[in-house]
Amino acid sequence: MYDKFIPTAADYVRFAPEILLTVFGTLIMLIEAGRKEDQRRPYGILSLIALAGAIYLAFPAYNNAGPAFQGMLIVDGFGTFFRVLCYVAAALAVLCSGQYLSREKADSGEYYSLILFSVVGQGVMVTANELLMVFIGLEISSIATYVLAGFLRDDQRNNESALKYFLLGSFATAFLLYGIAWIYGLTGSTDLSLIRAALGSANPPNVILTGTAAALMFVGLAFKVSAFPFQIWTPDVYQGAPAPVSAFMSAGPKAAAFAILVRIFMTAFEPIAARWEPILWVTALATMVVGNFAALAQVNIKRLLAYSSIAHAGYILVAITAQSQIGISAVMFYLAAYTFMNVGAFAAVTHLAGKDEKYVNIEDLAGLGQRQPVTAALLSVFLLSLIGVPLTGGFFGKFYIFKAALDSNLVWLTVLGLLNSAVAAYYYLRVLVVMYMQDASAEVPAPKPVSGGILVALVGSAVATVILGVFPSVILNFAGKSGTLNP
Amino acid sequence: MDVILFLVFSAIAVACALNLVVQRHPISSAISLVGVMASLAILYLLLGGEFIAMAQMIVYAGAIMVLFVFTIMLLNAGAEKRGVKRPWAVYLGIPLLTGLLGIISFLVQGQVQGSPPVILGGFTGGAAGDVGRALFTRYVLPFEVVSVLVLIAILGAMVLARKEIE
Repeated sequence: MYDKFIPTAADYVRFAPEILLTVFGTLIMLIEAGRKEDQRRPYGILSLIALAGAIYLAFPAYNNAGPAFQGMLIVDGFGTFFRVLCYVAAALAVLCSGQYLSREKADSGEYYSLILFSVVGQGVMVTANELLMVFIGLEISSIATYVLAGFLRDDQRNNESALKYFLLGSFATAFLLYGIAWIYGLTGSTDLSLIRAALGSANPPNVILTGTAAALMFVGLAFKVSAFPFQIWTPDVYQGAPAPVSAFMSAGPKAAAFAILVRIFMTAFEPIAARWEPILWVTALATMVVGNFAALAQVNIKRLLAYSSIAHAGYILVAITAQSQIGISAVMFYLAAYTFMNVGAFAAVTHLAGKDEKYVNIEDLAGLGQRQPVTAALLSVFLLSLIGVPLTGGFFGKFYIFKAALDSNLVWLTVLGLLNSAVAAYYYLRVLVVMYMQDASAEVPAPKPVSGGILVALVGSAVATVILGVFPSVILNFAGKSGTLNP
Repeated sequence: MDVILFLVFSAIAVACALNLVVQRHPISSAISLVGVMASLAILYLLLGGEFIAMAQMIVYAGAIMVLFVFTIMLLNAGAEKRGVKRPWAVYLGIPLLTGLLGIISFLVQGQVQGSPPVILGGFTGGAAGDVGRALFTRYVLPFEVVSVLVLIAILGAMVLARKEIE
């Protein structure tokens, strides 16, 4: 039994980014409470400082890599990568939020606190080495996003989005928790490396029961990454939520959920990989097909991006099905590229939607090429990257995923995946056609010039998308090095 | 004696759970839920989980159920109106559900053979002191991180319940 435990300095260093974010989140709440009516609201700046500080602190944590708090967390290259990715995604969302919130007259500190706390949850998830920490991190991240989805309380679309997300999300988390309980019953542990040891031992627990436990946990995580058949919530929630929140949801929580899906299935459940591989194969294919074909029929651009995010989840599942180190690196690279291009596209939507998000249909973008050449060009970069055109991050992302799949002899999955991405080109190109080849309609007023945070987010994401497309080695080297998950 | 207690309270739990679903008035369902919670607490106690049993009584059967009942009364929810009768839901659903449960129990029964039997009272270490020691040593980080979760819950409730923004 443990008589006493005193955290060492190394424990704190490895957990420092999350501590900093929690402090800033609380600070913003306190400032909001004590603010006079006419004082300015410094929350956006404070959140950016907190996120920048957290990114900065993630590096000393990585240099001190190792388990923290008695194996509750493990700071390794893989965890650090996703940690930083979640912070960056949140920073981009914060950049878009300032103008959006003042436009909707909803600027308040709680919004930023919720984003920061949500990122704390994601940080805990991606570095977790214990199913208990996974669950707590997931709940923190999810509950904060449920609230953020319904932040504009008087908007019906927000209410619908938040309620659907909350009800379905809690149901899915219950599956995850039930699976964890089964695993604890079977192996006597919730520690990922001990579970792996128990499952891989000479006398493993009953494989049917272990498979059931893994399946239950897969349901919970597949919901969070919106994989088929648990993707139904995605379009409704992304469409209804405030645009910068959709940007955040489609990047941060999703990347964290993928990270933990990879970590659990590639470490703890690795000994039974032969059993879950076919399930993952089918899920990956079905997710790609459903996402791409449903996207073809969309008229609302937020819904289109939601279905596109389902399709991209399918591609990432292809890389996980490969079950190799290259596969893990491909997942990491793809999620980084996906974060920039997807958040960038949502940032453009945030700007173009106008007050009360009136103009969110694809046809409202008509004539944007003449009206706002810069915004149109930046949005085109993101859409081209989502298609996977060379010289963008999306191209190399898809390239590495299908290369990993081929290396693992998943020929059919690769062929079907490539056919899918050809289908996907149609609906992204349609947006480009509307932007450049159709005349502006008189009913849609010309959008205001882009400025401030949204401009920074747009340009930043576009630059990052192009850099990943031209010099993929920037991230790939690190991803290749951290693709080994040491249990 | 333990076995008799176990059988009696499991039966009560299952009966209350069924009643919860069958009842039409939300208050009756809520009261049945109290029955489920309380008999579960007894089962935990039989297994040696003293702290969990007490927490189950105080938190679930007590605090949460009071909230349930308050909410039902606040909303003034009347008896549930059954929608369009769907006979196939009854004639097909119930046999299918029974079949599914049967198959699952058969499988589980077949798979867990050979595991050691549960000895009621064989486990000690579920007292408040043991739980507290584990919380502040091995599980100190989850314990601390849960406070962020609670903070978010409060913040979220406040955001969604306030009158207007600005």
